[in-house]
Amino acid sequence: MEKFVHLKAIAAPLLRVNIDTDVIIPSREMKGVSKTGLSVGMFANWRYSDVPKRVENPDFVLNHAPYNKAQILLSGDNFGCGSSREHAVWAMKEWGFKAVIAPSFGAIYYGNCVRNGILPLVLPDDAVRAMAAWVEQSPVVNMIEIDLPSQKVHAAGAVHSFKIGEANKDMLLEGLDPIGVTLKKDAAIQAFEAKDRAQRPWVYISGPT
Amino acid sequence: MSRTLIDKLWDAHVVADLGDGAALLFIDRIFLHERTGSVSLQELKAKGRPVRHKEHVFVTMDHIVDTFAGRGDKTLMPSGTDFITSTRATATEAGLNLFDVTDERQGIVHVVSAEQGITLPGFTQVCPDSHTCTLGALGALAWGIGSTEGEHALATKTLAVTKPKTMRVTFNGKLGYGVTSKDMILHLIGKYTAAGGSGYAIEFTGPAIASLPQENRFTICNMAVEFGAFSGVIPPDDITFDYVKGRPYAPKGAAFEKAVTYWRTLKDDADAVYDREIVIDCTDIVPTVTWGSSPGHTARIDGVVPDPASIADATLRGSMEKALEYMDVRPGQKLEGLPIDAVFIGSCTNSRLSDLRAAAAIVKGKKIAAGLKKAVIVPGSTQVKKAAEREGLHTIFTAAGFEWRESGCSMCFNAGGESMGEKWRVVSSTNRNFENRQGPKTRTHLASPTTVAASALAGAIADVRKLG
Ligand code: SF4
Repeated sequence: MEKFVHLKAIAAPLLRVNIDTDVIIPSREMKGVSKTGLSVGMFANWRYSDVPKRVENPDFVLNHAPYNKAQILLSGDNFGCGSSREHAVWAMKEWGFKAVIAPSFGAIYYGNCVRNGILPLVLPDDAVRAMAAWVEQSPVVNMIEIDLPSQKVHAAGAVHSFKIGEANKDMLLEGLDPIGVTLKKDAAIQAFEAKDRAQRPWVYISGPT
Repeated sequence: MSRTLIDKLWDAHVVADLGDGAALLFIDRIFLHERTGSVSLQELKAKGRPVRHKEHVFVTMDHIVDTFAGRGDKTLMPSGTDFITSTRATATEAGLNLFDVTDERQGIVHVVSAEQGITLPGFTQVCPDSHTCTLGALGALAWGIGSTEGEHALATKTLAVTKPKTMRVTFNGKLGYGVTSKDMILHLIGKYTAAGGSGYAIEFTGPAIASLPQENRFTICNMAVEFGAFSGVIPPDDITFDYVKGRPYAPKGAAFEKAVTYWRTLKDDADAVYDREIVIDCTDIVPTVTWGSSPGHTARIDGVVPDPASIADATLRGSMEKALEYMDVRPGQKLEGLPIDAVFIGSCTNSRLSDLRAAAAIVKGKKIAAGLKKAVIVPGSTQVKKAAEREGLHTIFTAAGFEWRESGCSMCFNAGGESMGEKWRVVSSTNRNFENRQGPKTRTHLASPTTVAASALAGAIADVRKLG
């Protein structure tokens, strides 16, 4: 997995609440059994005025330079709510996003981001809005800078601290393979099972009873 | 220290403490479906990692498979067949329990898992599908994950999880005439917004929950994720144990009795403290429908579309204005009587036998409105379909003018390639009224199956209480 340590990049504001994963990647855009080829369908219903013909909607922020090079997305409450489809994260990653800053996230989307090297960064609503206004003045000059080790964001002449769980932080900083990490605890898993089998034997069935 | 039900479910599955509120949790059951499952299985295979306890992993075909009579692997969705065949191939090769397209156990993953007795009280269960929380209604801790986490659960039988905060939602009082468990959960989300449960695992409790039949309890937990929650649980009781008893994968005889003894401990200690408490008086609840594009955009059936001008927060107001525009409704407009193009009864929210019985009771001997372009009923599982047919419900529906389908997710979302028409206004028993969810620019109004049935007769959003 790709590491996330430090990022200074163009940010694109998309300040709506409850942007769900159906919006981020409509189910019709998930065409193959694969993690790739998804970025063209990202935000398809907002990004294109004619979706099948891929005619760009001039009103959509990511269709404008320099936002088409944005690596940070600024959004409203509950970003990534709805369907668990990890395709939403795969599409954004393939497009080039490395961080999303919002007041809150859908829980499954949040976990999916971390597992794909994208930083989901929680900041209060007013801070996100102030950043968006500042970015809009001059998106290329007013880049947002994120430092994960110190958990700080620099933008609009201010420094904001943000919270992230230790395990998630480590996974992003190190680009770890979480399955490999867990398999090192195999003895603990086996010990749990041995004890649990005695307590809840009905868990350990192998077919219809 | 006294513990909540959620604490007890959590503690019983901790394999290792990971610090900072996180733990490695043992996962009792894993379910996959053809939409998101085979990516995990392919990746595992590519990395040479076996599935641990493959007998505890179940796979069904529900999302993409079409719902027309005589169906096979072909679907209306371009490339949809690939999802079905690749899921079949990877699941078979890994030796998993597969409920294939023509298997009589086939159906919507969360309906089937309960119906077959695969989910039991006290279990942890995951599936790469956000509505896995449905199964919390059995007193299990069940939640949706992504495909990468799915790989982790398959390979290790565990997941690293940060413990959510706990919330208790108590429903007091009795439900009024025409009010269902769907209206209870829509009322809650409407009152506290679609992000109201964000960061929490929720226990739904109180006299109005305790008196709900098991099938109606699933509807409540199903929409916990629409409330932004990690999951929702309902304390298991005799209604739950009766529901579980005799199901194919449930323990039998003395093993069942032993399990029940354990399951009876799955409730809050007397002085257990939750991080947040919400109390709802059920006498305040009437049939509820959504007006906008978030499950939190609800209104009373006898109410009107709200006015964003009354909202101080700019981002929230802007989102409401977008929703009004998308849904083509105006502030102050009455919802009752709004003409509709189509109706849909189905999905893991409301497609169980009791839902179909309730809808059939309303349409029996009547005809749906002449102007409707589509009226579809999709049973939640092949078993539900068969049971409904044994009671003759299908003839009631088809005589009224509905299409009666094979089981699957169908037009809950438009992945099967079949969808509602462009900009159609649809009253639907599903759980998501998101933009484009049921079709291109389709305008979905969420409601209970009985409200959908009443609306089908009227050709407009209808108040089921007025049918008499
Ligand atoms: S019925 Fe709808 S919500 Fe339920 S699992 Fe299927 S697609 Fe998801």
